[in-house]
Amino acid sequence: MTAPILVVEDLVKRFPAGRSGAFVNAVNGVDLKIVPGETLGMVGESGSGKSTIGRAILRLTEPTEGRITFDGRDITNIPAHKMRPLRRDMQMVFQDPWSALNPRMRIGDLIAEPMKLHLDLSRSERENKTVDLATRVHLRPEFLRRHSSDLSGGQLQRVCIARAIATNPKLIVLDEPTSSLDLSVRAEILDLLSEIRQQTQAAMLFISHDLGTVKLISDRIVVLYLGSVVETARSQTLFSNPAHPYSQSLLSAHLPADPKAELARHVLEGEVPSPINLPSGCTFHTRCPVAIQKCSTHAPGPQQIDDPEHFANCLRISDGGNRILSTETS
Amino acid sequence: MSLLEVKNLRTHFMSRDIDNQIRVAEALNGVSFDLEAGKVLGFVGETGAGKSLTAQSICGLLRPPARVVEGRVLFDGQDLTAMPSEELNELRGAQIAMVVQNPRTSLDPLTRIGDQLVRIHQAHTGGPLTASRERALEMMTAVGIPDPKNRASAWPHELSGGMAQRVLIAMSLMNRPKLLIADEPTTGLDVTVQAQILDLLKNLTQRFDMAMIIITHDLGIVAHYSDEVAVMFAGTIVESGPVAKIFEAPSHPYTRSLIAATPERLQMGSGAKLGGQPPDLYNLPTGCHLRTRCVFAQNICTDTPPNREVGTDHFAMCHFAGRLPESGA
Repeated sequence: MTAPILVVEDLVKRFPAGRSGAFVNAVNGVDLKIVPGETLGMVGESGSGKSTIGRAILRLTEPTEGRITFDGRDITNIPAHKMRPLRRDMQMVFQDPWSALNPRMRIGDLIAEPMKLHLDLSRSERENKTVDLATRVHLRPEFLRRHSSDLSGGQLQRVCIARAIATNPKLIVLDEPTSSLDLSVRAEILDLLSEIRQQTQAAMLFISHDLGTVKLISDRIVVLYLGSVVETARSQTLFSNPAHPYSQSLLSAHLPADPKAELARHVLEGEVPSPINLPSGCTFHTRCPVAIQKCSTHAPGPQQIDDPEHFANCLRISDGGNRILSTETS
Repeated sequence: MSLLEVKNLRTHFMSRDIDNQIRVAEALNGVSFDLEAGKVLGFVGETGAGKSLTAQSICGLLRPPARVVEGRVLFDGQDLTAMPSEELNELRGAQIAMVVQNPRTSLDPLTRIGDQLVRIHQAHTGGPLTASRERALEMMTAVGIPDPKNRASAWPHELSGGMAQRVLIAMSLMNRPKLLIADEPTTGLDVTVQAQILDLLKNLTQRFDMAMIIITHDLGIVAHYSDEVAVMFAGTIVESGPVAKIFEAPSHPYTRSLIAATPERLQMGSGAKLGGQPPDLYNLPTGCHLRTRCVFAQNICTDTPPNREVGTDHFAMCHFAGRLPESGA
């Protein structure tokens, strides 16, 4: 098996909350692994810590605890000036392309900027490569002379993707890259991403709250709830056989764009608890329809399900009581 | 007679440019539809297609430079576009209610939520305060707010997004509206909360025999929560009909591309050209507004397309409606 490009072990991130000395527990002991060429999808509702994890991996926010190994090297604590050359191999695409790009720079200069910082190229080489990159993200070359205000959201996101692939990175973190775009434009960007993935073999961490999108683009999916991983599985497996009660209800709340698709609905009660006062034991037990006494005191570890890549963190798996939909109908 | 009949509604934005020339953005170009009591109509389309503007034009909520320049809105037989603003005020919030996208910014931050509910009831229905308070508790229960007696004294900032949306829905129901307009009611809410809110809205329309317009860009919501669909593009309803037919046999090229772009149907690596620049409302293409980005476009498309009936209650505004090739978007 190939060595993973990224290993995240027991990642914890706490943000101070006000002057009370309380903390927002954004990420609570997350383990992740991505192999080269793989796309890992990360889904969760707001406050599940998915963006924080993405940012912590690139050291855009400092982890409180845990270890991040990138390409065989522990990068958790290395100083900023040593981090800088590594950024060539790890890039990010953000949700809002309007605020991610400098409005005063021309599109061509924006795409060339990462090459200027990281690659030792002559001016003409860089200019050629800029045109080449623009073609790869399907932007017409005349756009290179324009400014970001002249482009639509979908075109700007193409610019962001061109910037991200300019240095041939080994890992690209995409934080909700299609959430601010219209449906048809979103489809085009997803298509472009799958094309880029085939060309470059870059590993991707695809963060989104939209299950349909994540299913489409990911090889494997991690489901997060309140800063913890609740389930990891191959994309198809997760959708056909979700094991964790939270994944089951999340998938049942997903509305496929087909009026004939039957909905096996299990609507969860209540809302996500505050990450300042995390529930004890399994953090999902306050909303879980199949929680037992033990769930409020014992935090479950990962349990292997049917195949070696499918894990769920639930105490009810061992006694088979983790199915919420069957309990509903019986 | 339908509860709501919108006929050839045109809304334009009129402004002057730097050379003092009048510029007109043709935002709504002849929107017509009917809505019966007890039915849910879903409006879909891309940003700027005129979904929210249609709702605002119906309710008379436009501010200059936007103006309804043509068309009629018949609600229960009365023409809302010709109604004096005092009379319209009596209707809005009472018989026509609206639920908007940002629940937190729509609540008065300095008034306890119970008082806000009582206030809207007093303004329209009147009667003794105790009756209004009772109605408030009743509606809070109906929308699933736990412990309504105590929650009535909560401040808006103490509510989560989902709870604030429930309060807004309770508020819209205070005066027993006949028509509820929900403009992106769940955008910004989490999926599990979205399911709760949509189930609630659907139940309430049945329970109180209301008509509902639900505006969204999510085809999943339309597919499962509406009876009829209106697909908007460049200020026009390009296709309308019963939800099952729209998904089964989309007859307008734009509807086809929208449906083809849903994650369920998307083929990765197909390189399909689905999107495109929205048309310039200041300078709309003549004839069919989609023709500049439509793969089926022919010479005839420079003429305004007819609204063809392609099935029972199913219309598409395209020269080739009902005759489009099977594949392709």
